Amino acid sequence: MDAFTTHTGIGTPLRVSNVDTDQIIPAVYLKRVTRTGFEDGLFASWRSDPDFVLNTEPYSRGSVLVAGPDFGTGSSREHAVWALMDFGFRAVVSSRFGEIFKGNASKAGLLAATVAQSDVELLWKKIGERPGLELTVDLQACTITADDVVVSFTVDEYSRWRLLEGLDDIGLTLRHEEDITAYEATRPAHKPVTT
Amino acid sequence: MGRTLAEKVWDQHVVRRGEGSNNGEPDLLYIDLHLVHEVTSPQAFDGLRLAGRPLRRPDLTIATEDHNVPTLDILAPIADEVSRTQVETLRRNVEEFGVKLYPMGDANQGIVHMIGPELGLTQPGTTVVCGDSHTSTHGAFGALAFGIGTSEVEHVLATQTLPLRPFKTMAIEISGTLRPGVTSKDVILAVIAQIGTGGGAGYVLEYRGEAVRALSMEARMTMCNMSIEAGGRAGMVAPDETTFAYLQGRPHAPQGEQWDAAVEAWRELRTDDDAEFDAVVHIDADALTPFVTWGTNPGQGLPLAESVPDPAAMDDDDAAATRKALQYMALEPGTKLRDIAVDVVFLGSCTNARIEDLRAAADVLKGHHVADDVQMLVVPGSMKVKKQAEEEGLDAVFTEAGAEWRSAGCSMCLGMNPDQLAPGQRCASTSNRNFEGRQGKGGRTHLVSPPVAAATAVRGTLSSPEDLRGSSTPTTLQFA
Repeated sequence: MDAFTTHTGIGTPLRVSNVDTDQIIPAVYLKRVTRTGFEDGLFASWRSDPDFVLNTEPYSRGSVLVAGPDFGTGSSREHAVWALMDFGFRAVVSSRFGEIFKGNASKAGLLAATVAQSDVELLWKKIGERPGLELTVDLQACTITADDVVVSFTVDEYSRWRLLEGLDDIGLTLRHEEDITAYEATRPAHKPVTT
Repeated sequence: MGRTLAEKVWDQHVVRRGEGSNNGEPDLLYIDLHLVHEVTSPQAFDGLRLAGRPLRRPDLTIATEDHNVPTLDILAPIADEVSRTQVETLRRNVEEFGVKLYPMGDANQGIVHMIGPELGLTQPGTTVVCGDSHTSTHGAFGALAFGIGTSEVEHVLATQTLPLRPFKTMAIEISGTLRPGVTSKDVILAVIAQIGTGGGAGYVLEYRGEAVRALSMEARMTMCNMSIEAGGRAGMVAPDETTFAYLQGRPHAPQGEQWDAAVEAWRELRTDDDAEFDAVVHIDADALTPFVTWGTNPGQGLPLAESVPDPAAMDDDDAAATRKALQYMALEPGTKLRDIAVDVVFLGSCTNARIEDLRAAADVLKGHHVADDVQMLVVPGSMKVKKQAEEEGLDAVFTEAGAEWRSAGCSMCLGMNPDQLAPGQRCASTSNRNFEGRQGKGGRTHLVSPPVAAATAVRGTLSSPEDLRGSSTPTTLQFA
C-alpha cells in the first residue's frame, strides 16, 4: 500500500445522502477477478446522466470527494473503494460512513475522513463558490484546507498510522504468529471444522 | 460489572490485546469460520499467491457458489463469460489452496449464509466472517458474525485472525407477541425504520425479549440478516433450546460427549443481568402489522395500511431524500401503499428463502393464482431447502399458482446473474435491499415478508394475507 501523508486535489461535491455501495458500483460490475479496472462501474447508473457531477468539468478531474451523510452503506464490496481509487479519488469526506466501507478504505489506501455535517456543507459552499478549488487533506494534522477555511477530520488512530506508514496489515499481524499458534492450542475441541 | 453476549464472545477470541499506546493498535481476534464465495475472493487468493503466503486454516474455511448462479438451469455452463470466469477462478483457487467447495449442482450448494447453518458449521459462540455484508445472519446462533471486504478476506486466509476495533452494544428489546401473519421480517423493517440506516453504526445489535425467544431459528436469521441494513456491525440472539434443537444432528455439529460439552459452554452465552448496553431500543411486538418499504433504502418503510409519505410535511434533509426516493420509485405522496401495483414478486435471498419462508408463502398461495401480468419467482436459498420443499409438495403449490420454481442462488436479490428486473419494473421482494437499481438497472423494489409477497402476487398490488379472505376469484383485483 502506498503511504498517504498529504494530498492536494480538486474537490468534487456529491450532494446526496445514503450513497450505498450498490450506487458506488452496481453488482454487475463486480465480476472482474482483478484488483483494478473498476472505474467504468463507478456510480454507473448516475453517470448515464450527462449532468451528473462526475461528468462535468472540472469535477471529472476531482480527487477529493465530499459526500453527504451515510456514505458507503450496504454491501461489503471492496470494489466500491477500488472503483473510487481507479477513477482518481484519494480521499472521501463525509459526516458518517458505512462501517465496512470505512474499514475497506483504510486497507486499500483510500482516506475516509469523517467531519461534522456543518463542515461538509462549508466545503460544499467553498467548492460551489469556486469550482475547481483544490482541497488539501493533511493526514498528519488531520485537517482539510479549502482556500481560507480549515476543517478538522477524524480517522481512527490505527488506520491513520498504517496509512501514514503505508504498512501491510497482514505483515503486521504475522509478527504475532506465535500468539496465534498459542491461541489455537487453547481452542475447545467442539469447535467446528469444515473438512 | 457483567458483560453482554457480544462482549463474552469477543473476549473468548482475543489472540492478543491491542496496545492502545501503540498507535491505537486494536485487538487481534481469532476467526472460527470463514465462508467464501466467488465474488469477493479472487483478489484475496491472488494476494496470497503474490506474497507467497499459505492459507493458514483450510479446515476452518468453506466455499460455495451463489452470486453468479443462473437459477433456471443450474447444471448448464454459465452463459455469461465474465460470470463463468469468476466461478471458474474460485474453483481453481479452492483446488490450489485445499478448501472444501460446494459447487453448483451439489446437494449442499446454496447461498453462503444458508449453508453454514444447514451444515451445522455456524455454532453459538463462534466468530464467523465472510466477504459479504449479510454474514450478520449467523448471529442468530449467538455467533459474532460480520461482513468483511476483500483485503480482510485475504487477511483471514493468511492469518485466521482480524485486527478489530471494539464496538458498542445496542439492545433491541422486543416485548409482547407477534400477531399471526406478522413475521420477524416485519420486526426488522420496523426496527430499521425506527433507528435509520445509520442508527446501528458502530454497534453490535442484540435482539432480546419474549418475542425473540418465541421465534424459530429461521425467523431469527431473517432478523439478524438485516442488522447491516440498520448500519450494525453484527446482530445477535442468545442461544437457547431452540438453537440447540436446530443444531443437534447436523453434519458438522458436535456429537456425543463433545455435544454435551458444547451445550454446557453455549448455555453461558447470554448477557449478564447486570451488564449495560450502550443503547437500548424498544419495540412492541403486539403493535406490529405487516411492514413494507416505499423508498430506496431499507429505513424508508411503513405499515402496509399507511400511505406514501409527503415530503412537504418533513424537515429539509428528510424532504430532499424523500423527494429523490419518490422520484426514483415513481410514487405520489398520499397514495395508499395497498394501491401500489407490482410487475414482479421475488421470494428468495439469504433473508427469506428458508423452508419456513416457503411454507408461509405457499400457505397463502394455496387455492389462489398469481395475478395476470405478475411474474412470481420462487428461489429456495439452498438446494437442501429446494429438496425439502419438493418433498413437502410446496413446489407444486407454487407452480400450480403460476409461480416459477427455481434452483438455489442469490438470484434477483442483487442484479448480478440473469435474474434481474427490467428498467421501470416494480417488484415486491423478500430480499434485503431496496437501493436504486439493486435488482437490476432502473428496477424498483419494495421489501416485504414472505406472506405479504404471496398475497401481493395474488392481488397484483401490495397486500397482506388478510386481504385475500373471502376472495374466491383471486385474480380479480380489489381496490380499497
